[in-house]
Amino acid sequence: MPASLSPLGPAPSRWKRLRTELFGSRVDGLISIALGAALVAIAFGLLKWTLFQAQWAVIQANSTLFAVGRYPIEQQWRLWLLTALLAAATGVSWGLLRALPRDQPSGQRWPFNDRLAAGVLVALALAVPLWLQLSLAIQLRWWGITALVLVLRWALARWGSDVPWGIQRLVPLLWPGLYLVGMVLISGGLGLIQVAPSQWGGLLLTLVASSFAILLCFPLGLVLALGRRSELPLLRWGSVVYIEFIRGAPLITLLFLGQNILGFLLPGGLAPDRVWRAAWVLTFFAAAYVAEALRSGLAAVPRGQLEAAQSLGLSMPQGLVQVVLPQALRVALPAVVGQFITLLQDTTLLSLIGLLDLLGTARAVMANPAFLGKSAEVYLVLAVLFWCCCAALGLGSRALETRLNPSNPARYQ
Amino acid sequence: MGPSLRPAATTPWWRNRRVVPFAVQAAAGLVVLVVVAFLLGNLVRNLTAAGLLLSWSWLDNPAGFDLAESSIPFSASQPYWLALLAGLVNTLKVVVVGLVGATLLGTAVGSAAFSSNGLLKRLARSYVELVRNIPLLLQLVFWYFVVFLALPNGVNAIQLPGLVLAKSGLYLGWFGEGWQWQLPQLTDGVWQAPLRLSVEFGALLTGLVVYTAAFIAEVVRGGIAAVPQGQWEAARSLGFSPLVTLRRIVMPQALRVIVPGLNSQYISLAKNSSLAVACGYTDLYSVAETTLNQTGRAVEVVVLLLGSYLVIDLLISALMNGLNAAVQLKER
Repeated sequence: MPASLSPLGPAPSRWKRLRTELFGSRVDGLISIALGAALVAIAFGLLKWTLFQAQWAVIQANSTLFAVGRYPIEQQWRLWLLTALLAAATGVSWGLLRALPRDQPSGQRWPFNDRLAAGVLVALALAVPLWLQLSLAIQLRWWGITALVLVLRWALARWGSDVPWGIQRLVPLLWPGLYLVGMVLISGGLGLIQVAPSQWGGLLLTLVASSFAILLCFPLGLVLALGRRSELPLLRWGSVVYIEFIRGAPLITLLFLGQNILGFLLPGGLAPDRVWRAAWVLTFFAAAYVAEALRSGLAAVPRGQLEAAQSLGLSMPQGLVQVVLPQALRVALPAVVGQFITLLQDTTLLSLIGLLDLLGTARAVMANPAFLGKSAEVYLVLAVLFWCCCAALGLGSRALETRLNPSNPARYQ
Repeated sequence: MGPSLRPAATTPWWRNRRVVPFAVQAAAGLVVLVVVAFLLGNLVRNLTAAGLLLSWSWLDNPAGFDLAESSIPFSASQPYWLALLAGLVNTLKVVVVGLVGATLLGTAVGSAAFSSNGLLKRLARSYVELVRNIPLLLQLVFWYFVVFLALPNGVNAIQLPGLVLAKSGLYLGWFGEGWQWQLPQLTDGVWQAPLRLSVEFGALLTGLVVYTAAFIAEVVRGGIAAVPQGQWEAARSLGFSPLVTLRRIVMPQALRVIVPGLNSQYISLAKNSSLAVACGYTDLYSVAETTLNQTGRAVEVVVLLLGSYLVIDLLISALMNGLNAAVQLKER
């Protein structure tokens, strides 16, 4: 049953390999035929349903609701601006990543994966707005945003190496800056009209809640992980109690606690809005799991590393930050990203406490008599959306892992 | 660290290895203490103001709501604690059945990753990748609203050997009166069977099993992969068939790696069962939610909830630790 040892001699042709894989023995052949037939039947049925039976009007009529919830229409330009800024930042970062001196052949600036990504992006930009039957003006915006990404990507890959290093180094800072700008654009303030969190919804709420929790749970988890490995008993036991308490409770009970008890725990009026309460609960919840992921990374770094750092005269914090953490983070990366993926999926629980995230919006839409019985269409679209986001995060994590692997020769490219 | 090269008297206090740990802990402890005292003080003040000071006597008041399904006899006139207990029993029911189902499916999918059949192998991988990247809650509402609520009723119900799937419930063949095997029967357009499960239970169980099995499959796959290749080859050279090799040679060794991983998956299944409210199953959480809405006893309800799940988690951990001790390599 395990993969057979590769026989000596020339590698068998692809066709031959496929034949041994599928029809190696009589039993295998039967299994293959049965499974193949079932798969073809399922694929055919699904295709038939998608093309002829499903009624996508429920998605088309509610696309704005699914995207931003009840965000006021006259303020939606702020979200467009934010999307454009994000697109520009993506184009710039992506282009600089591939920036090569001008004398290099241009093929290296567009490796296969990049061409594939650009192709998918263009195809999505052309197909999705059309399928959603968006108005021409909005379709044009999406095309413009896609063009912005690709033009910046192209321009910076070509001329990016001429940009002085001092400026290139600042580009990663674009992202935290943009996050703050985005928060202001979404919620208002600084001269913009306030838009209450209760008016956010759909994909917007899902993204705000998950990005907020992902950004904050990491430092919190790091502190907890270091605390749990600390030699100081009070810090260690404090971290252990916190981590085990959180990991012993289902998220929904903690969200329930946040909605119903936080108001009692804080002096009157200080308790944050329902959306922010949920976002904070998500953060504190995820921190415990991230702490455990980071702890496994810290455990993988030999003790001698910190001792060596200290004997070289580095202080304990210096040794941690400059010697131990870079190694620990590399080991913990897959597990931490796995927790981020779980966190993104866990945002759907907001729908159970009455918030209108993607799933909550879906449930609200289906409560509308006009769209009764269209749940299959809606849930399928949500499933595809979540699957793509989570799979992309996983792919990104694996790519980063290979890049950070010290024995990988491509690392210094 | 070796002895300091400088005389002890000139070491500043912030680098003194006797003072610093103490100071750090004292500071951290003080901060935690102040925060906890602040929160508790507010809690007591706000609860007093709302007239909801901690008390457990309301548990004896009649609940006033009915449960959609309960394994213990319950009616609206019975007290809250019995309602919560019925919810707990329902939770335990779905968790126990779910653990068995997820283990069977997960083991099958995890071992399929080592099949000599390329299609089966890829299908097992695709199953894991598909299920893990879709939120469980979305899967639960999908199973409930799209699959189980769309089941036909009466004569058109899906009839399998010993099992009938209808919108009104899932009917199983079971031992009826006098230990006689009874099959589901249709009388006057209504299905009758010795064992009936609600579609809510069915949807929750299916969702939990399908989701958890994907994670268990990864644990099982990792466990089998940890057994050296030579074990397979040695078994084959002794004439064992692949299935017998897996069962008799590889699995006993793989279990040592698998059992600790299973523990955390089992606990997460138990915690995930609290999403039952999404498909209308009356588990502990949904009863607690109703109780809170009626009584306003937020703190007590949350304490009961957290405590119950903690006990379930500890129970699973204890059982799995026992199992772990049983499968570990016995050395002299």
